[in-house]
Amino acid sequence: MNADARNAAAAEVVIDIEGLHKWYGEFHVLKDINLKVSRGERIVVCGPSGSGKSTLIRCINHLEIHQKGRIVVNGVELNENLKNIETIRREVGMVFQHFNLFPHLTVLDNCTLAPIWVRKLPKKEAVDTAMHYLKRVGIAEQASKYPGQLSGGQQQRVAIARALCMKPEVMLFDEPTSALDPEMIKEVLDVMVGLAEQGMTMIVVTHEMGFARQVADRVIFMDRGEIVEENAPEPFFTHPQSERTQLFLSQILH
Amino acid sequence: MAYVLKERHPDLPPPRSEVGVLGWLRRNLFSTWYNTLFTLVTAYLLWLALPPFFEWAVLHAHYAGEGRQACAGGGACWVFIGDRLPQFFYGFYPAAERWRVDLGFALFVPLIAYLHLPRVRFKLWVGAFTLFVYPVIAYYLFAGGVFGLPAVPTSQWGGLMLTLILAFTGIVGALPLGVLLALGRRSSLPVLRSVSVAFIELWRGVPLITVLFMSSVLLPLFLPTGVEIDKLLRALIAIALFQAAYIAEVVRGGLQAIPKGQFEAAQALGLTYPQSMALVIMPQALKIAIPGIIVTFIELFKDTSLVVIIGLMDLLGITQAALNDPKWLGFAAEGYLFAGLIYWIFCFGLSRYGLYLERRFHTGHRR
Repeated sequence: MNADARNAAAAEVVIDIEGLHKWYGEFHVLKDINLKVSRGERIVVCGPSGSGKSTLIRCINHLEIHQKGRIVVNGVELNENLKNIETIRREVGMVFQHFNLFPHLTVLDNCTLAPIWVRKLPKKEAVDTAMHYLKRVGIAEQASKYPGQLSGGQQQRVAIARALCMKPEVMLFDEPTSALDPEMIKEVLDVMVGLAEQGMTMIVVTHEMGFARQVADRVIFMDRGEIVEENAPEPFFTHPQSERTQLFLSQILH
Repeated sequence: MAYVLKERHPDLPPPRSEVGVLGWLRRNLFSTWYNTLFTLVTAYLLWLALPPFFEWAVLHAHYAGEGRQACAGGGACWVFIGDRLPQFFYGFYPAAERWRVDLGFALFVPLIAYLHLPRVRFKLWVGAFTLFVYPVIAYYLFAGGVFGLPAVPTSQWGGLMLTLILAFTGIVGALPLGVLLALGRRSSLPVLRSVSVAFIELWRGVPLITVLFMSSVLLPLFLPTGVEIDKLLRALIAIALFQAAYIAEVVRGGLQAIPKGQFEAAQALGLTYPQSMALVIMPQALKIAIPGIIVTFIELFKDTSLVVIIGLMDLLGITQAALNDPKWLGFAAEGYLFAGLIYWIFCFGLSRYGLYLERRFHTGHRR
């Protein structure tokens, strides 16, 4: 994507979060979060554990329920209306830390399940789409295997393909490499970089700072339920403004 | 000091004592001194018990002849079983109409066989037919009164036929109801949850025998005079509802073993709640619950023998009736042994079937 095209697309806001608050019982996990994400933008969210970054992205597809504020995804407001929730979930793909593939289905069936039952695609079309994305994440030859027969890195790539098969507008990644053995992290990050290069709108919760530098348009640093700092990767890493950010970066970048 | 591996170590075969018949004997029968002791004591007890039993049941047994005079002498009298075989199988079903029972069960076999073929078409339809249409066909075939078939009232049904009808209907009724109850118990809707809990705890809290008694003694008090519910139907409903409560708890155990992430992944893909349950959660939960479900089915199969207390002549009931026949007094051992053997064959079959299902649905690493 060249600079002009990106500017043109920037006008279109895909995710609009305003004044978001969330509590777990008495515990105030998210405090006044405001975030706009434009089409094609890549956002990396980082911060210490318990800072609310996973909770934030899980609010976007309503896996977590927020108590105050507004979330609008692709022009649809997220509220208790089931139809709206279903519409948003169709347009928002998610990749989990622990893959969450369906172990009783083959890799291919994992990928075709939602397109067939949610998008109502004919089986053949769903299989074609699935094979296309499985090829793209480099795992097409494993299509007839079960998730339990694959390595962690392969499983996570299948999980990415499964989400892509719904042709989502936005992809959410919730610490996609945290549960992987070190030698498998790269294969998953490579797939994500490829996805970013093709212009997918992405929000990625991760501690992979190399990935953040390479693909992020913006890096968001969260601590104790608040967005503490938000900047382009270069200034974020070289000149962090807030003390909390500096402390965090000094701890993870040895 | 530096160390560098020059050559890979070859894979060697395991030591002799670990493999083969000798290895097996050593590991399983003679691994420790007390294991050896148990092995020897058990072998001695078997030596005491088995040969006399074999002599009675096989060597000195009487197989052919007419009436009890054929069974003079000490051995088992299998003539008695042979004489009563039709009753053991059909109860008091009229002899001329027994082909209807045979046909009914013969229809069932290909249906079940088809459902177990891998990769065949219309499985869903065949399954639905077996669950919903077949029982109706079988009912009219057995009960008659239509298409020129003489009517045979359910009071004449009996023996193994009745046992199988009770077990099949019990299983087919209890499983779906149990699944719904398990989901209801975990539901976030308070009313649904309370109703499910109340149902499960109520049925689990009373013995089946009480339920059967109540169905025949208490129920008629609440019905207008003249209205009578068929005895068999009452027993069927009682058994199905009773076992559904147990199935519900077994399935709930399976549901609890499914990580929350599975449901979240299904939700994140846009699947609705019923879709998530039917396509993602239940197949996994039921797979985990197979051993428990099979245990419940086996219990159900054996518990059908309790219907004798409300006057239904199932396999055990008909055996007892035969033993009280003055012509054949004194052959209780043969009668109960035979009935026990039939029960065992079906229950063992169910148990093996459970193992087969576990293997078939296994999708992880093979150990």
